[in-house]
Amino acid sequence: MSVLQWSYVAMLAFCLAGTLPLVPAFRLDVLRQPRRLALTVLLAGVPFLLWDLYATHAGHWRFDADQTLPPRIAGLPLEEVAFFVVIPLVSVLTFEAVKVARRRWAER
Amino acid sequence: MTYTSLAVLGVLVAVAVDRWVARTRITSTRDWWSAYAIIVFFQLLTNGWLTGRRIVQYDPATILGDDRVVAVGGWRLLYAPVEDLLFGFGLVLLSCVAWTWLGRRRPQPSPDGTGRAA
Repeated sequence: MSVLQWSYVAMLAFCLAGTLPLVPAFRLDVLRQPRRLALTVLLAGVPFLLWDLYATHAGHWRFDADQTLPPRIAGLPLEEVAFFVVIPLVSVLTFEAVKVARRRWAER
Repeated sequence: MTYTSLAVLGVLVAVAVDRWVARTRITSTRDWWSAYAIIVFFQLLTNGWLTGRRIVQYDPATILGDDRVVAVGGWRLLYAPVEDLLFGFGLVLLSCVAWTWLGRRRPQPSPDGTGRAA
């Protein structure tokens, strides 16, 4: 297996590496609310995943097999499914960190 | 439907959910727009990676641009079709709306941290 096949995984890892440190840095309690987080991923991720399935099967876009890992779920690379978990998570982490940062700013 | 029309629809639906369905109205807050400003910067970088390296390839018939993957121009921004900005906006907004809506439905933590409603 070529290292190139990790190209999409690298992008997801970059997103997590950039946002998970926000949890200790801003003392976020996002990860301590697994139920709320899981429901958020479902409510936001699933509609977009369905859109993605439609678009992939309709040929709107396609994925380079040389730059993704071999497993496919309903024709989508595993990474593309993970995208709809990672992006809601990093969005919420950024949103919550910004809220804390802006409160701190206002208290000064 | 083309990616272009679906992407516009995605933004409209996400905004409608925020304004009138969940009534979270985060699109009226500086918190949301500040967070989105940060997120969209990183979206351009990470999406530029996915599209510039052609990890994801688009059918020219379904986007405003064509099959030329250029940094800027031809309805592309950092290699990605402009439609991706709309797709990203919808996904990020709906994520923050869902998170906010779910937070309102649970008891607010009390100041002493016991979790009882204040």
